Amino acid sequence: MDLRRDVFQAIADPTRRAILLLLATQSMTAGAIASQFDSKRPTISKHLLILTECELLHREPIGREMYYHLNPNKMKEIANFIAPFQKLWDDRFNNLESVMKDYKRKA
Amino acid sequence: MELKTKVIAEDGKQELTIEREFDLPVALVYQAHTEPELIEQWMGNKVLQFEKRNHGSYLFETKSPEGVVLFRANGVLLNLVENQSFVRTFEMENTGFAIQLEFFSFESISKEKSKLKMHIIYQSVVQRDQILKMPFAQGINMAHNRLETIAKQSME
Repeated sequence: MDLRRDVFQAIADPTRRAILLLLATQSMTAGAIASQFDSKRPTISKHLLILTECELLHREPIGREMYYHLNPNKMKEIANFIAPFQKLWDDRFNNLESVMKDYKRKA
Repeated sequence: MELKTKVIAEDGKQELTIEREFDLPVALVYQAHTEPELIEQWMGNKVLQFEKRNHGSYLFETKSPEGVVLFRANGVLLNLVENQSFVRTFEMENTGFAIQLEFFSFESISKEKSKLKMHIIYQSVVQRDQILKMPFAQGINMAHNRLETIAKQSME
C-alpha cells in the first residue's frame, strides 16, 4: 500500500469524483468508465489506480472482465469527515443566509 | 461549533425532517428558494430552468471544470403559497435514487427571524437510509469547491 495516498487525495480531483459518482450505483469495467469521459484511456486508468490504492475502489474479475466496485466502508470515512448530511445542509443554509443578507443590503 | 440545522431521521421511517432558523425575514428565505439567480448563488448549481408557478418545472446542474456532469436534478413545483410553503418533487438524475417528495414550509418568527422546515419523503426506508449514508454523492458538488481549495493548499 502506498501511504502517500489517502481518501482525501483521491477525491481532490474532479475526474475521480465523477468516477466515484458513476460507480455509486453500479459496478463497471475500466472501458465502460473511460467511455464516459473525454480524457484518454491511460489517464482514466491512472485515476482508477489511485482510487484503488486509496481503497475507495475494489477490483473484481468477473469472467474475462475486471469490474470496479465502490468500497462503501472507505466512503464512510469521507462521509464522516467532510459531509455528514447535517453539516452539508448547515453549510448550504449558512450560504443562503449570507447571500440573502447581501441581497437585502443591495435592495 | 454547533450546527444550526437540525436533521431528524427516525429509525425505520422513510422520511426526513430538516429544520433551520434564519436571521432573515421569511420573505427573503422564500425568495432564496424560488428565484433562480438566488438559488444559483447559495446552492452552487446552475439553474437551467425554473418556472415559479404551480406545475412549473425546474432543472439544476453542476459540471466539473472538464464539463462532466456531476449533479443534475429536476422536478415539479406544486402548491406555491407566497412566503409560506410549496411542494416539489426532486429527482437526482442517473443516481438510481427514486424521486422524492419535498414539503417546504416557511414560518415567520419575528420581523427579522424565520424558520424553514423541509419534510422529505422517500420511496422506501432503504432509499432514505442510502441517501443518509451517502451524503458524499449528494454533497460532493457542494463540498468540492472547498475541498479543492484545501487540497491545493496542502500541495503547496
